[in-house]
Amino acid sequence: MSADSSTPMNTAPVNISFADYLALSQFYAAYAQAVDSGNWDLWPEFFVEDCVYKLIPRENHERGFPLATLLFESKGMLKDRVYGIRETLFHDPYYQRHVVGAPLVHKAEAGRFEVEANYAVFRTKLSQESTVFNVGRYLDVVVRTPEGLRFASRHCVYDSEMIPNSIIYPI
Amino acid sequence: MTTANDTQTPGTATVPANPRAFPIKLQWESEGTSRIPFMAYTDADQHKKELERLFYNKHWNYVGLEAEIPNAGDFKRTVVGERSVIMVRDADGGISVVENVCAHRGMQFCRERHGNKKEFVCPYHQWSYTLKGDLQGVPFRRGVKQDGKVNGGMPADFKTTDHGLNKLKVATRGGVVFASFDHTIESFEDFLGPVILGYFDRLFDGRKLRILGYNRQRIPGNWKLMQENIKDPYHPGLLHTWFVTFGLWRADNKSELKMDAKHRHAAMISTRGQSGKADQVTQVSSFKESMELNDPRFLDIVPEPWWKGPTAVMMTLFPSVILQQQVNSVSTRHIQPDGHGSFDFVWTHFGFEDDTEEMTQRRLRQANLFGPAGFVSADDGEVIELSQMGFEQKPSHRTLAELGGRTAEDTDHMVTETLIRGMYEYWRNVMEAEA
Repeated sequence: MSADSSTPMNTAPVNISFADYLALSQFYAAYAQAVDSGNWDLWPEFFVEDCVYKLIPRENHERGFPLATLLFESKGMLKDRVYGIRETLFHDPYYQRHVVGAPLVHKAEAGRFEVEANYAVFRTKLSQESTVFNVGRYLDVVVRTPEGLRFASRHCVYDSEMIPNSIIYPI
Repeated sequence: MTTANDTQTPGTATVPANPRAFPIKLQWESEGTSRIPFMAYTDADQHKKELERLFYNKHWNYVGLEAEIPNAGDFKRTVVGERSVIMVRDADGGISVVENVCAHRGMQFCRERHGNKKEFVCPYHQWSYTLKGDLQGVPFRRGVKQDGKVNGGMPADFKTTDHGLNKLKVATRGGVVFASFDHTIESFEDFLGPVILGYFDRLFDGRKLRILGYNRQRIPGNWKLMQENIKDPYHPGLLHTWFVTFGLWRADNKSELKMDAKHRHAAMISTRGQSGKADQVTQVSSFKESMELNDPRFLDIVPEPWWKGPTAVMMTLFPSVILQQQVNSVSTRHIQPDGHGSFDFVWTHFGFEDDTEEMTQRRLRQANLFGPAGFVSADDGEVIELSQMGFEQKPSHRTLAELGGRTAEDTDHMVTETLIRGMYEYWRNVMEAEA
């Protein structure tokens, strides 16, 4: 398998204040809590209006194929997805639980952060054991807005070679 | 079995028979195919028979698109049925498909899923093969000279020509590659028949394809259920309420269902209805006339000249692939069985070389409707899984596919399960034939 050459070793100090890193950490933890809560309306509110949300297989990401499993290019599209989850998509009900690693800040500028974080999502269906559902990393651009930190873009690049049937809820 | 008769106490209902939970043999209720035994989906031995008869003999199987291997030495590992094969472009520009099993010790030597090679080498004992699958190198074939004598080596009558990789017969058309282990198979064109070939050529009209990427999902259900899903125009307006809510599917769509002469392949052809209010033509309870997308770009549909009318043509090529045109989104969906109760479903989305940037972006955006998380495809995988669960718990029972009658014929409407009945006519012909 090809190495991901887009990721150099990153241990260089980044010019970020403790307060900003704390805010970022809280923001990442809040996102995980929101998408696991079942209150899907919370999810779009983590994004700016003109955002990009992408759920993409690692294979496409590394081979330069643009196809994503989900590609949303506005907060409106995220709201449309929420409507789909709640009203139109038939699916076997399940809980999901995100475990998100510490955010690694690649670049910190005034009010704008390039951040990466590993994630694992577990799925629990009713009367079933919990299983690993989707594993990958977030590649994000986070911006400071008057309302607080928001995602300008969130790319979920997943290693999981086979989606266990379907993905309904937000990763 | 108890039947109602004179000895019964008045007012007592007939006690229904309780059939044995695990029938020994698959049994159809009649000569027809409108009631499909659950055992057609649950039996491991029969699954092997299906692989033998429907995948490994007399059928062309989808392996990929030429655009996936544009250069000499490019290869892609995929499967025919449950057998690992490699599709490769050789130095002459031709396409070969070889089985991924070393002629020496049987190892599945190719582990990368794609790449570029000058030759195939099995890492175990370094046997090497040309890209066409001919054996070219065997280490220590002539032994090792030591102290004036030759130790070991292959027997004098060993011929490399006898020990190549297993080569499949290959057919390419319009940039799509099919393969078969069966070298006596009819031509690909005869396999499809003229009607289905016409729709195949409509999509793959000779323009070069551009690969947009892959989606992969594992669906815990029998592989035939995916063929049936795309031969079933009964469900889209009922299960896929997103389609209905946003006006993409309506019961007044102009529609046709067509099959090849053997009823194994099919095309569902439809053109979006324009007239009347949608709530007059749907019975979906959740329908909301006033519902509008926050971002209408999901359905930014631009008609293309090659459509020649229909806005959607869904083709099922038996047994291995579905060819999708749903408005501007086009893909192949490869069915890769893994035992009787599971299959992998691999989506390859593509565009055409003459697409503008806007059209490429449109295809990528509309891809949100399809695939393992798609607005109208995620639920297909879900219902297949739950159908399989129903079959497994009650193998003595059967499904009912009697919408529109009990026979199979082309129709000019969608209110029918004719294509499913047609597929099982063919299935019975092949599976019930003497070996």
